[in-house]
Amino acid sequence: MEALLNLAVKSIFVENMALAFFLGMCSFLAVSKKVETAIGLGAAVIFVLTLTTPLNNLIYMHLLKEGALTWISPSFATMDLSFLGFISYIATIAAVVQIVEMTIDKYSPKLYGALGVFLPLIAVNCAILGASLFMVQREYDFAESLTFGFGAGTGWAAAIISLAAIREKMKYSNVPPALRGLGITFILAGLMAMGFMIFSGIQL
Amino acid sequence: MDKKTRKILLDPLHVNNPITLQVLGICSALAVTTKLETAIVMSAALTFVTAMSNAAVSVLRNRIPGNIRIIVQLTIIASLVIIADQFMKAYIYSVSKQLSVFVGLIITNCIVMGRAEAFAMANPPGLSFIDGIGNGLGYSAILLIVAFFRELFGSGSLLGFTVFQKVNMGGWYTPNGLMVLAPGAFFLIGFIIWIQRTVTPSMVEEE
Amino acid sequence: MRFSNSYVVAFAFVVCLVCALLVSAMAVALKERQATNELVEQKLNVLRVAGLVPYGEKPKHEEVFAMFDKYIQPVVIDRRTGEVAKDINPAEFDQEKASKDPKTSKAAPKNAAQVARLPNHLQAYKFDAEGHAGLILPIHGKGLWSTLWGFISIGDDYQTIQGITYYSHGETPGLGGEVDNPIWKAKWEGKQAYKDGEVAIHVVKGEAHDNYSVDGLSGATMTSNGVTNMLKLWLGDMGYGKYLTRLREQSQTS
Repeated sequence: MEALLNLAVKSIFVENMALAFFLGMCSFLAVSKKVETAIGLGAAVIFVLTLTTPLNNLIYMHLLKEGALTWISPSFATMDLSFLGFISYIATIAAVVQIVEMTIDKYSPKLYGALGVFLPLIAVNCAILGASLFMVQREYDFAESLTFGFGAGTGWAAAIISLAAIREKMKYSNVPPALRGLGITFILAGLMAMGFMIFSGIQL
Repeated sequence: MDKKTRKILLDPLHVNNPITLQVLGICSALAVTTKLETAIVMSAALTFVTAMSNAAVSVLRNRIPGNIRIIVQLTIIASLVIIADQFMKAYIYSVSKQLSVFVGLIITNCIVMGRAEAFAMANPPGLSFIDGIGNGLGYSAILLIVAFFRELFGSGSLLGFTVFQKVNMGGWYTPNGLMVLAPGAFFLIGFIIWIQRTVTPSMVEEE
Repeated sequence: MRFSNSYVVAFAFVVCLVCALLVSAMAVALKERQATNELVEQKLNVLRVAGLVPYGEKPKHEEVFAMFDKYIQPVVIDRRTGEVAKDINPAEFDQEKASKDPKTSKAAPKNAAQVARLPNHLQAYKFDAEGHAGLILPIHGKGLWSTLWGFISIGDDYQTIQGITYYSHGETPGLGGEVDNPIWKAKWEGKQAYKDGEVAIHVVKGEAHDNYSVDGLSGATMTSNGVTNMLKLWLGDMGYGKYLTRLREQSQTS
């Protein structure tokens, strides 16, 4: 339990997906003009990450890993399908996003109104695929994947919401014309990344 | 080369740059640029994938059913990325190890997806291929500039060769630690955008 | 344009089939080359820490294999008893794989190096090259950001350290990443690993004060501690300790 808590804190603050690994940058910079939309996208990312990371963990553990197919027949013990990893993970992610979209649409039109527009964007958010790839590289088990997926999503959401809040305030600042928009956002993100660096090395 | 083709090929290098104007493909641009070598390899891999996927999607553009469009594009892109990844593992092992998960992340690099969706779905294969090369080069240009400064000032070397002798190796240069860390990359790209838009004021965003 | 459902399914199937065929063909065709790369890399790392290949130099594949066969003798030892395991072929032993399999490993007790599993058997490399002999031991453990993977090389008194090297880590470049700095690595030569039978070698904050300590990496306390922790684990009784004690006793009596 303690190890899982440690992992959660680590994935939210220390190894923040957006600010330490630069993942999900495109939407991080493009969809952070307003706090309200940032919250919507953040929530959708948390939701999808918490689903796909453990799901891909199951796929990796029981289908792709070297010797993972022994549950079908012991003769598959040397079978290594890990080169199919990328394609399986992205297919899972795209499918989950599609299913989630359809389910929300059917059962909760209100939630769909809030999240709907962001869901298609998420399939190509590198933070989602990145979390699955990190999960494989670091050999997390199922419980760890679940924690990591949730933590990574929360960290990403926290980062985009804070950036959006700062950008809303920036409206009142006199930024040089050439820096307006994207330019100053990069510099803001850089300053935030510096702030997040104080968490480095924290362990519970 | 006629005017239109040249425009498609060269525009992404400056006035319609995928990174600094279209806000696409930034993730990897920041993560693999601490060294020039990894940036070069990453640029080559991305240019290959973008060009090939654009051509493939364009060939199929009239036959892809709309409702499974995204997943078909993703499948094509993912296959190309796997091919690039396998190839790198076989021929440039040490660099591919340094790139680790970022090769895989080309799949979700918005440039590839974005160009497939915005250009290849509406244009013939030849032009789409050139568009892919152009955008790949535009991405590479920014990557190489950022990597050049980060490696030079962050580690005092270029492509692994020492340019400034570092203090801890007995030289005079105290490396700028900020450059090798995440914020350094953000600031550098911010400055590149600033310079670019000062030179070409038509790129300035109106809010 | 509208398409019938059967067309959609058929289309998806054909796309998947073509992609799968392409990818599999590529993977199968390149598999051997990739496996060789990994093997060469591993052998080259051992040769480097033994001082047989200078850093920065990249010999050809055949040369690496030839040098490895000439100077290096891999052994597999039983971690629990410290004896050489004669029933395991060292050429086929894969320590990383053995650490993951519950049949050949066990969960490690809580340790500062944050190593989760300990294999029952460990890999070691004996080397003997023109009067320069010793033992190379693979080590790994957590630093600040990442797990550091490396080797430590010990002289044939099984007490004096000859060198340490890390071949894979993700520490902050310029701070913790300085574990790669040749000047820092040179400071390890001649240091003593054990004092009164206990692992005594450690990285200190600031400057080393005796033969059992090494200068810390400035600005990288966590990485320095990581190095100390992993040496405590791997040189201690949970790692290669029993084997080294045995060898030390042998070399003293003979």
